[in-house]
Amino acid sequence: MLPVSYYVGLSAVLFAIGALGVLIRRNAIIIFMSIELMLNAANLAFVAFARVHEALSGQIFVFFVITVAAAEVAVGLALIVAIFRNKQSIDVDQMSSLKG
Amino acid sequence: MTSTDLLSILPITVLVAWACVLLLVDVFTKKNKWLTPLLAAVGLCAALGISIAQSGNIYAGFKGMVVVDGFTAYLNILFAASGLAGIALAFDYNKRMGLDRGEYYVLLLFSISGMMLMAAATDLIVVFLALELLSIPLYVLAGFARPNPDSEEAALKYFLLGAFAGGFVVYGVALAFGATGSTSLGAILAAVNTGSADLTLLVIGAGLIIVGFGFKVAVVPFQMWTPDVYHGAPSAVTAFMAVGAKAAGFAALLRVFVAALPTLYQEIVPIMWVLAALTMIVGNIVAIAQSNIKRLLAYSSIAHAGYIFMSLVTFGQAEVAPDGVAAALFYLLAYAVTNFGAWGVVIALEKAEGKGLELDDYAGLGRKYPALAAAMAVFMLSFTGVPPTLGFVGKFFLFRTVLEAGFVGLALIGVLTSLISAYYYLRVLVVMYMRDGQPDVSRPVLLRLTTGLTAVGTVVLSIVSVPLFRWASQAVLRLF
Repeated sequence: MLPVSYYVGLSAVLFAIGALGVLIRRNAIIIFMSIELMLNAANLAFVAFARVHEALSGQIFVFFVITVAAAEVAVGLALIVAIFRNKQSIDVDQMSSLKG
Repeated sequence: MTSTDLLSILPITVLVAWACVLLLVDVFTKKNKWLTPLLAAVGLCAALGISIAQSGNIYAGFKGMVVVDGFTAYLNILFAASGLAGIALAFDYNKRMGLDRGEYYVLLLFSISGMMLMAAATDLIVVFLALELLSIPLYVLAGFARPNPDSEEAALKYFLLGAFAGGFVVYGVALAFGATGSTSLGAILAAVNTGSADLTLLVIGAGLIIVGFGFKVAVVPFQMWTPDVYHGAPSAVTAFMAVGAKAAGFAALLRVFVAALPTLYQEIVPIMWVLAALTMIVGNIVAIAQSNIKRLLAYSSIAHAGYIFMSLVTFGQAEVAPDGVAAALFYLLAYAVTNFGAWGVVIALEKAEGKGLELDDYAGLGRKYPALAAAMAVFMLSFTGVPPTLGFVGKFFLFRTVLEAGFVGLALIGVLTSLISAYYYLRVLVVMYMRDGQPDVSRPVLLRLTTGLTAVGTVVLSIVSVPLFRWASQAVLRLF
């Protein structure tokens, strides 16, 4: 069986990829997917640590995080659709009408 | 579930249930547009009454995941009052801007219930849930002026950055759980004290939590969304968001670091020192260049986040920390009163399609509308920290505790940046009183009432500030 540290390491890598994706990518949907990757990295870490501590609570938290992520998707996609209707684009670099 | 469990979440339950009822009410009252805001205000008054009745008692519920203590009660009162002010500012503004939809007030109630949960949370997972419960309605509110592109852009920026910040918080919570085997603040403290915790992991987790909440309360270098979101969102939303989201963010930061991590003080305090100093400097200096009043107030809000963040550097010093938290609570109150007043004036001058928001539009206000200009002058002086205003007293208590904790350099930066801030706040006064112009103002009754009450409050409360500060000090006693 793989040691738990591998899982934690993988979750850290996933989190870093997600955070970089948010900073580098310019398409709102892809940025949003990167954020989901960060949340799921946290889920993986939760489950792995729950195994280390033999505490079920860690696995329960994953359900909370999944629920919150679903709520965020509902609002986020609605916003992105509303903007696409207006601008025919969801490139965040084109969202620069607010400046100063 | 016991009765203490119910009592510990009573104001939150009342608000959530009432908001669900209002969703229905709104469907059946298409003609009487005043009913939903009125009922929302009634619900907030009920929550306010419960919170006042609860102050002085302690209810720990759900196996210690939430607690109602003085700290919670103080903040609940602040949140409920902010909600009332938010409704008062929004009522006529929404009609004028064509945003007259009942969901507005429902979302406001949901967001406030999240803030109250944040103040009560004593478990990191509840902190995370509360953070999302308060943020998600705010994302929608920021885009409430849809299909106005500015409002949509503000909502998307707020949403993406807010969700990004949420990712940092939840990963920080996961690491804290990994380091200690629990997410309960008390258990984390116990694990650190008995030496069973992995300190490296815990410090990284705490750092990620600071980053996440740094986004939420707009601390430099995580502030880049603030001016755009404050500018693009409807002004009534911005006024509420500036107070509510900031107070809730600081509530979580104060509770988490004071209750769970005082033993890591030496490792964490340099980060906080740098963040507070950077925020005060950048917020105040960039604000000088602003000519749009909404952006000016946005940078001012960043600067004030820096001042409040200063109180966090005391979190691990057992003798000073209670004063530090009390000073932060008092400053939040001072900021709330001043901020709602200032945004009330902004709303009075704002026209459709983002007109009436430039500083030049304030020219001649002193001659044509002396009362409104005088109120704005009071708010600007309070933001600067000139006596006799709440802003001055708040800064006084804050700087005093920072000096007590031995951070002379930080206090000095605070005083110097306050001096810089005088330049741009006083510029508003100069434009209002020294230049001629024909300002066009709409002043419905509720708006007059809000600006009038907050202006009087800013001055009068500063005179009776000692009992107020004592109230804040008593509120934090049980934290330690």
